Amino acid sequence: MKSDMVLIDDKGKRLDGRGFEDLRDIKIEAGVLHRADGSCYLEWGGNKVFVAVYGPREAIPRHIQNPLRAIVNARYNMAAFSVEDRKRPGPDRRSREISKVISEALEKVVLTEQFPRAAIDVNIEVLDAEAGTRCAGLTAAGVALADAGIPMTDIPVACATGKINGHVVLDLGKEEDNFGEADLPIAISPRTKEVLLLQMDGHLTLDEFNKAFDLAIKGCLSISELQKKAILEKYKTVLEVE
Amino acid sequence: MANEKRRIAYPSQILGDTKSKRAGRGTFIEKDKIYAEKLGIVNSQTDYINVVPLKGRYDPIVGDFVIGIVEEALSSGWLVDINAPSPALLHVNEVPWNVEFGDNEKYLNHGDAIMAKILQVDESKKLQITLNDRNLYKIKDGHIIDVEPSRVPRIIGKKGSMIALIKKYTQCRIFVGQNGRIWIDGTIDSIDKVLRVINKIENEAVTFGLTDRVEELLKKDAKDVR
Amino acid sequence: MTVVPIIKRDYICRLADQGKRIDGRKFDEFRNIEITTNVVNKAEGSARVKIGNTQVIVGIKMDVGEPYSDSPDSGVLTTAAELIPLASPDFEAGPPQADAIELARVVDRGVRESEVVEINKLCIEPGEKVWIVFIDIHIIDYDGNLFDAASLASLAALFTATVPAKRFELGEDYPLPLKEPPISCTSVKFNNVVVMDPSLDEEQIAEARLTVATDTKGDIRAMQKGLNGSFTKDEIQKVIQASLENGKKLREQLNKIIGK
Repeated sequence: MKSDMVLIDDKGKRLDGRGFEDLRDIKIEAGVLHRADGSCYLEWGGNKVFVAVYGPREAIPRHIQNPLRAIVNARYNMAAFSVEDRKRPGPDRRSREISKVISEALEKVVLTEQFPRAAIDVNIEVLDAEAGTRCAGLTAAGVALADAGIPMTDIPVACATGKINGHVVLDLGKEEDNFGEADLPIAISPRTKEVLLLQMDGHLTLDEFNKAFDLAIKGCLSISELQKKAILEKYKTVLEVE
Repeated sequence: MANEKRRIAYPSQILGDTKSKRAGRGTFIEKDKIYAEKLGIVNSQTDYINVVPLKGRYDPIVGDFVIGIVEEALSSGWLVDINAPSPALLHVNEVPWNVEFGDNEKYLNHGDAIMAKILQVDESKKLQITLNDRNLYKIKDGHIIDVEPSRVPRIIGKKGSMIALIKKYTQCRIFVGQNGRIWIDGTIDSIDKVLRVINKIENEAVTFGLTDRVEELLKKDAKDVR
Repeated sequence: MTVVPIIKRDYICRLADQGKRIDGRKFDEFRNIEITTNVVNKAEGSARVKIGNTQVIVGIKMDVGEPYSDSPDSGVLTTAAELIPLASPDFEAGPPQADAIELARVVDRGVRESEVVEINKLCIEPGEKVWIVFIDIHIIDYDGNLFDAASLASLAALFTATVPAKRFELGEDYPLPLKEPPISCTSVKFNNVVVMDPSLDEEQIAEARLTVATDTKGDIRAMQKGLNGSFTKDEIQKVIQASLENGKKLREQLNKIIGK
């Protein structure tokens, strides 16, 4: 049974020593790829993700063009070697679904009306996976879009909360994701706290949901500061003479 | 020295309010507040607050001189890449040659470079360019490089001072397209010198005292040659 | 598709006529190479190689499976490459096209035919169970010369790979059994000039391409000619010579990283 596994010790610490509201270590670097218009490399716990943004550019084939605005085309992909049991290369149904919800989240904040008939391609590659890859991917995508000079009303950020051994916790790790009782990834526009992505599976009471939701927002806001720091860090030398 | 500290803004960063300033390029308004919409340098010396992007595609303006690379010949003319979100159309009536139907490829084809002018940008951002101007033509020799369109003003300099400085010391013919494409023609060594100088300007575009440092670099090379 | 201006091609050729390359290198000089291993935790072996701005990551995964019927006591080696859209504005999403397949097969032959991986030592139960080694090549940033970056990364990943015997309850983990590898060097030709380690600009105007893999004895272990131009015998001899010299340097760098 899922909830049989002990995920919290008697001192209230999780398997990796974290408290209920602690995030895993996150490292973000902007502008790391040469060919991409905008890029980001992100490490989040054991996750390693690269994101490259190309665009705005002509949307091809022509029949997918929207005459009024740009389409944001996010493609989430996991490398064959990113998981314990090698994954066959190519998109599977899970990757296609994640690509869709991320595209939709990004479209809300990107000022797409400025580029009719164009496409903004966001390529998310997961090289090392350890629970929460879609949140890592979306968070890195926000940085890559900013790096590319894409106009947005905000830099989107994502974080997940869940329930393990009856407790609501922030940022599920691998075992917590596999053996926990609920998983709630959320993406927001940090300035307005509007929800751009929301998925949930498992079992939560209304009370638990509210707790988990608020905790996820809190997590998102912390991570938002890291995104901005990474962007400013990359370009601070622009203002200085070498 | 400028009397204002230059700073970088990221999308969603609050820059001011509509009561004291006006929202310029690269910004958006929400509930009387002005926010940055792009990653860039904040410019609020006048009435307006602008954000000049660090990176991005070229945003076409009618009248701009640009360097285009022909993608393909169509029945009505040619499709030309000008580093904008979509390619521009060069209509067969907008060239100085008398092109017979079906002969488009004889005049311009995939890979040809042209010095053109933005003729029209319609409401849906469809672009048209023209070669009908005595300053415009198909480029035959030299080299073409790409820089960020946002760096173009710095490379040209106030009233063309920077580009004139470079031309003086290198004896090259140089044309800087508003779309971030630069054409250079001269000897191999002098083209190389221009490339190094442009690279320096690109990296240090927002710093102070750049013109002096560029002149130093150009003078130094001249001495080495002797 | 990004269009290459004709005058840019002409400029590169003009430079070549004077013995120069657009980035100032000598004709047989490689760009700066960086090799890092153990970059992916989930993989049994992994490496990241940067040649100039080109960046490739290779991950080695292993699994237990059935051997091929014609070699019942040998392990199985399989190589795949993905030119993911992340790496270039011209790479499209979708199943591997001819370029990706050629890349994978050339790297695969370089590893397989040279018997770098001692697959005869990867048998668990003859005819029933053997180790399967998956080499997955992920292009991260494309700025010319994927062949050499992918080969080097594949070797670095193999040489730091561990057979995950413990996970399959087949004993303790042990390093993948390997032999001295051949090193590949790629050159391209344009306008009757041949240059080694092509940058993106040079690859975009290349008429023909030649990859040569050489070993420590100075013998040739693999070759592949690509694109629709041609090479003279003289040019091929020169490329082989340059590949031997550069192969030696690359091997030294690789050995330093993998601790040999």
